Amino acid sequence: MQQVITESKKAFMTGNETAAWAALASGADVMFGYPITPQNEIMHYWTRLAPQYGRGFLQTEDEISAGFTVCGAVQSGKKAFTATAGPGNVLMQEPFGMAEGMRLPLLAIIQQRGGPSSGTVIYSQQEVALTTFGGNGEGWRIVYSTATHQEIYDYVIKGFNTAWKYRFPTFILGDGYQAKMREPLEMYDPETRGIKMVDTYPLIGLDGSITNAEREPQHLCNIYSLEEELYDVVLKNTAEYESISPEIVEYEERQCEDAEIIILSHGVVARAADDAVKALRAQGIKAGYFRPITLRPYPEKQLRAAIARSGAKKLLIAESAYGQFYRLTRQEIYGETIPMETLFMPGVGIIDYDIISKVKSIL
Amino acid sequence: MALVKIALAGEGGQGVQSVAEIIAEAAYNEEKQTIYIPNFGLEQRGGVSIAFIQVSDERIGAPKFNKADVVIALSERAVGRTAHYSDENTLFVYDSGFKVDENDLPRQAKKIIGLPAIDTANKELHPRVFNIIIMGAVIGLTNIVDFEAAKKALENKLGYKFEKNPDLRELNFKALELGKQMAEESLKEGGQ
Amino acid sequence: MQTVAPATPKSWYLPTKPHKFCPGCGHGIVLKALGDVIDELEIQDRTIFGCDIGCSLLSWDFFACDSTQTHHGRTTPVMVGIKRARPELITIGYMGDGGGYSIGSQHLLNAAVRNEKVTLILVNNTNYGMTGGQMAPTTLPGQKTETTPFGRDPELTGYPTKGPEFIAQLTPDSAYVARATVSKYNQLRRFIRNALRNQIEGNGFSFVEVLSTCPTNWRTNAQQTWHFLEDEMEHYFPVGELKNPFGKGGK
Ligand SMILES: Cc1ncc(C[n+]2csc(CCOP(=O)(O)OP(=O)(O)O)c2C)c(N)n1
Ligand code: SF4
Ligand SMILES: [Mg+2]
Repeated sequence: MQQVITESKKAFMTGNETAAWAALASGADVMFGYPITPQNEIMHYWTRLAPQYGRGFLQTEDEISAGFTVCGAVQSGKKAFTATAGPGNVLMQEPFGMAEGMRLPLLAIIQQRGGPSSGTVIYSQQEVALTTFGGNGEGWRIVYSTATHQEIYDYVIKGFNTAWKYRFPTFILGDGYQAKMREPLEMYDPETRGIKMVDTYPLIGLDGSITNAEREPQHLCNIYSLEEELYDVVLKNTAEYESISPEIVEYEERQCEDAEIIILSHGVVARAADDAVKALRAQGIKAGYFRPITLRPYPEKQLRAAIARSGAKKLLIAESAYGQFYRLTRQEIYGETIPMETLFMPGVGIIDYDIISKVKSIL
Repeated sequence: MALVKIALAGEGGQGVQSVAEIIAEAAYNEEKQTIYIPNFGLEQRGGVSIAFIQVSDERIGAPKFNKADVVIALSERAVGRTAHYSDENTLFVYDSGFKVDENDLPRQAKKIIGLPAIDTANKELHPRVFNIIIMGAVIGLTNIVDFEAAKKALENKLGYKFEKNPDLRELNFKALELGKQMAEESLKEGGQ
Repeated sequence: MQTVAPATPKSWYLPTKPHKFCPGCGHGIVLKALGDVIDELEIQDRTIFGCDIGCSLLSWDFFACDSTQTHHGRTTPVMVGIKRARPELITIGYMGDGGGYSIGSQHLLNAAVRNEKVTLILVNNTNYGMTGGQMAPTTLPGQKTETTPFGRDPELTGYPTKGPEFIAQLTPDSAYVARATVSKYNQLRRFIRNALRNQIEGNGFSFVEVLSTCPTNWRTNAQQTWHFLEDEMEHYFPVGELKNPFGKGGK
């Protein structure tokens, strides 16, 4: 496959453009998608770039189709992905559910917009519940919540590898702000950073003749006749998901050692939280910063440890949703007695000022 | 350089977003930390278009902000629409040719500056370079990028047009210069 | 003979005027014709107007009629639900070519097959207007859009969907199926009137596709816009009634 980026180079671009370049650099073979704001430009850049590198694209009739065509393409052994948002993410829960049930290594980039329903086309963090636990399954998904363009680039590359190494559907959870803003980043070829791209392989359409008895036919399924059969499958996959979780979990922690209050946030809001912690410290308030990068699996042990180590008196959860991240966190660290304060700003941005004011009002 | 936050607002077609993009690119080329985000959404159709730009030496936090250091309103409608981005530290800039209700101006602003940008563009240069005058004014007010860097960014963006018509280069650079001067003078006048 | 003065339809909701479509957009012409017909048939008080998500969403408060906004592609089933529950209401679904022929195509097909007694008006502007000009099922071969930057290649993405032709095949004779264009206002108005009359009389499914303009995403000036509509679109998509229970020339 033609190398996309020969030498590392700096770039100043939108998050959507970054995602398209990262998918190219990851060696993605094909994108299937359906227009929706704020992810449209991922498709726009891909449709311009892909032909130059012999990669494929199809605009499907809707998101259900986009998700299932990705399922088909990955079954046939190709590195395929999609991108969506809001109501499109809702529709994709059906194919994502199939990917969970059949352990298909698909990658989806989600640029969250306001909800529910058509909501806004702008921004939110309201697709946390949907992206982590949407569908009729147990949430066997890997979800990276990015905060910078560099991370969009890095985690798209990593996400393809996670998907193909572990065979769980993998998500890059961004948002409309990250999608549309421009900021600097460095683009590179993964191999030059010692990142080996995981080889893809077909689950169907394998080499070897069935008629000449060179191999057995493949029979993939997602429905079972007996309750016990499904039960066994669910237990087996859950066990596997849990056993690989420690390798996958990622988080950021700063200045929690002596923190009186730990500010917990994820995605783009973590940028404001970081600024807020710096400003609060400068004013003599001992604030700490904790940010799960993976929302699934959640850095539960690490957060519990940070709380214990710091002896913090309070946790402040800040999110651009009305409690989706809060509920996720609460269930993950069940049993902790630290009081949890909240700053919920559904569908609107959060800046350092908002967090600082909140902290001052509760300390 | 400390963080500088700029909100630039105007009507669709006035080139607000392209000016913002050129400024942001110039700052990026000077190895500064830069974020630029347009407002987008349904209201874009026929609504006021706003660009949010932040430039700093340090890593920048949230992509949007509540209060700007400089607010520039390029249309009469944009004056009212952007007033709430001003606080007591804000330079609020609008075109002195606008008929605006005094009450629409953000009285809380540190300084309200009327620049004759449209008039200058029409009389001395060309109506089309109105937005470049504004770009010059942004630089004059904030020094977020070096003047030469701004020229280079302009060249990068419009070079293909300049190739076809070299007079345009001259015109654009002159507009940039004029805008900068205009802004610098306005800062000298009656500083509050 | 006197020409009709372009008065504002009584059924328009004036506080939301002037409307929010781009200059030169065809949506406004379609909604003018629809307003005229609602007035003429005196159905304003029992009309339910439903719009899709697409540029049609901008019409959610366009009429002084009870109105509801649905999801992208889902206007048809919402209108069917209203009509099945309250047959005395006149239901008008208003959608784009993406909403109707792409994401909502299964609903359109099945509502047509069931001969649901609703009226659907679909605006064909050969692209996805609201999301910034991507390919639609109706994009013409060779036409450049944001997702066909080198022109639509029928080898890769098929040929433009011909909706009325397709729906005519699925429906019984009591259905009304037509294609109009914003360049022929009187005809457009007549087709919409027939489509509504067909519902009022309880005959069956009524569908009008309207060829319309989108200068913003076509990136055309006024002259190029009309050229594309009249010479390219109307050439590819023949205008006329495909199914008319009132017989030819029905008034
Ligand atoms: C499930 C879902 N997918 C995608 C979108 C994004 N979306 C909004 S409008 C639109 C296309 C509109 O095109 P069309 O129906 O042709 O109407 P037009 O704007 O051209 O009038 C799309 C894809 C959405 N709102 N919901
Ligand atoms: S984008 Fe196109 S369809 Fe939408 S309002 Fe503008 S001209 Fe009309
Ligand atoms: Mg359309």
